[in-house]
Amino acid sequence: MTTAPTPASAPPPAPATARRRPGPSGPAGERGGATGGRRPGPEAARRKGPRFTDGDGRRITAGALAGRYVLLLGVLLLTVGPFLWQLSTSLKGPTEDIYSSPPSFLPADPTLHNYARVADTIPVWDYALNSLLVAVASVLTNCVGAALAGYTLARLRYRGRGLLTLVFIVAMLVPVEGIIIAQFQTMRELHLNNTLLGVVLPGCVGAMNVLLMRNAFLNLPVEVDEAALMDGANAWQRFTRIALPAVRGTLAVVAIFAFMGAWDDFLWPLIVLSDSSRFTLTVGLNYLHGTFSNDPRLVAAGAIIAVAPLILLFVCLQRLFFRGVGEGAVKG
Amino acid sequence: MTTPTAATPTTTGPPAGRVSRIRRHLPFTPWLFALPGLAVAAAFVLYPFGSTVANAFTDRRTLVAGQWVGAANFQEMARDPVFWTALRNSVLYLVGVVPALVLLPLLLALLVRRQIPGITFFRGAFYTPVVASVVVVGLIWVWLLDDRGLVNSLLETVGIGKVGFLSDQWLLLLSAMFVTVWKGLGYYMIIYLSALANVPRELHEAAAVDGAGPVRRFLAVTVPAVRSTMVLVGALSSVAAFKVFSEVYLLAGPTGGPAGEDTTLVMLVQRTGTGLTGRVGYASALSVVVFVITLALMLIVLRAGRKEDA
Repeated sequence: MTTAPTPASAPPPAPATARRRPGPSGPAGERGGATGGRRPGPEAARRKGPRFTDGDGRRITAGALAGRYVLLLGVLLLTVGPFLWQLSTSLKGPTEDIYSSPPSFLPADPTLHNYARVADTIPVWDYALNSLLVAVASVLTNCVGAALAGYTLARLRYRGRGLLTLVFIVAMLVPVEGIIIAQFQTMRELHLNNTLLGVVLPGCVGAMNVLLMRNAFLNLPVEVDEAALMDGANAWQRFTRIALPAVRGTLAVVAIFAFMGAWDDFLWPLIVLSDSSRFTLTVGLNYLHGTFSNDPRLVAAGAIIAVAPLILLFVCLQRLFFRGVGEGAVKG
Repeated sequence: MTTPTAATPTTTGPPAGRVSRIRRHLPFTPWLFALPGLAVAAAFVLYPFGSTVANAFTDRRTLVAGQWVGAANFQEMARDPVFWTALRNSVLYLVGVVPALVLLPLLLALLVRRQIPGITFFRGAFYTPVVASVVVVGLIWVWLLDDRGLVNSLLETVGIGKVGFLSDQWLLLLSAMFVTVWKGLGYYMIIYLSALANVPRELHEAAAVDGAGPVRRFLAVTVPAVRSTMVLVGALSSVAAFKVFSEVYLLAGPTGGPAGEDTTLVMLVQRTGTGLTGRVGYASALSVVVFVITLALMLIVLRAGRKEDA
């Protein structure tokens, strides 16, 4: 299910997908392999001043290592700092000067007051619930739809399979921004504009996810299917009992990216939802910003409410996020 | 190799002859499996695509069925200064963002490549902006770049003085580009990290033995080795940059900054075609322009990548 370098414990079907994709943790996988013989003895290291070895067994001088950490901390400040500044702003009380120069980085008297005020200003918890509903629905439909379609593209034989594959490739290449007006028209005709169902539907089975699943199923050894056939398993049984458990990893990736995509989406909900009682968090946040931008504390609290669940999810499932990007983009 | 998943299907599956032995299912079973995905693709991607192209030649509005008007929408576009402003901004966005997103994430990937203690934390932290919604990211930077925000406060402290990041037409566009690059760094970093894992370390070591410095090694070893990934990142980021909407919408506001001078093409599509008074026909014609340029971009970048290969 993961690309973790634990060759001994991996169950037989999973490595078929894992092995083909050197994930971002790739260097870790090579650990101790090719370099074993080249590693200098401890004497050699001592002779040339302080040296360290990294996880791959490569030598690195103390100066280079320190330089690396300085750079890493610099980039860290640039990437995570803005989030922390937003968090700090959201915790500053109404009497604290948020415009002070030089700036005060920590709230003098941290308070959750702003979070309560956001809830008084916009129905932020309703919006969060809407976002959650949309995201969960999107996860379910994407997992089911993409697994089914991916399986039929990869493991069943019939006339028209090539054409079917082409349909999904074309669908993936069509830029969403270009069809959004027509999608809005379709939703109006179906009377689904201004509903959460209307938000979910266009992205409920992403063509890219179908192709990801197809790829995962293709990598399963064919012998497994043959053995199941001998036992008289029909297509549905082969799908649910044999193929699906073997591609859990990819399925998890699809689930995570479906959740993130639905939770973070802005343009489509902005177009399809017009009634402010139906907003998702992103659209609600934009509304909050537009209406109450004179108080950055309030907007900051709203932004933290919107981003905190995803950061938590990310911290828990970091490896799967990275694998998804690796699988989606790097091939050959 | 085209886009993330156009590349995927080309991988070699099991040999065709062997698969064909497995065929024990009813004739309609494969289509039942495909049904949900196919229905969604047909109803919400392919049909809208077709109707966008068809509507582009009508004067349809949200509540009014349209008449065929031939190429009138495109002629109007050619005369419309707002269209040219939007096209200019989207192209500028592309030109500004793509080189940064091809190069900076590669450098970042090299920085986080080695397995030194704590590196997993740093990789995760650098990815955080990718996980956050573009709306959150936009609002974070709106607050940071505000006239009285942190960046200006720091600039004043060091004696440079205030910079109108969010009030000047060009600085606004530049700020939005910066936000796009900031949000995209981690995403492309991971892509490069996967590619770098496949570069044989011996190449680097041999170059180092030959006396090549870090810059030389980067240009002579790393860049050629990840060149195909650079082309991929170039294709992905140029398509995404040309279709920019949210960053500019959030930083410059729904109307696109001072006098609408920062409107992008997709913002114009959104503004023209939605709501009860939306001019669906004209917005569809604008969408067709988005399609054509997006497709052309993909082809150009991939063609450029292939030529260098030969």
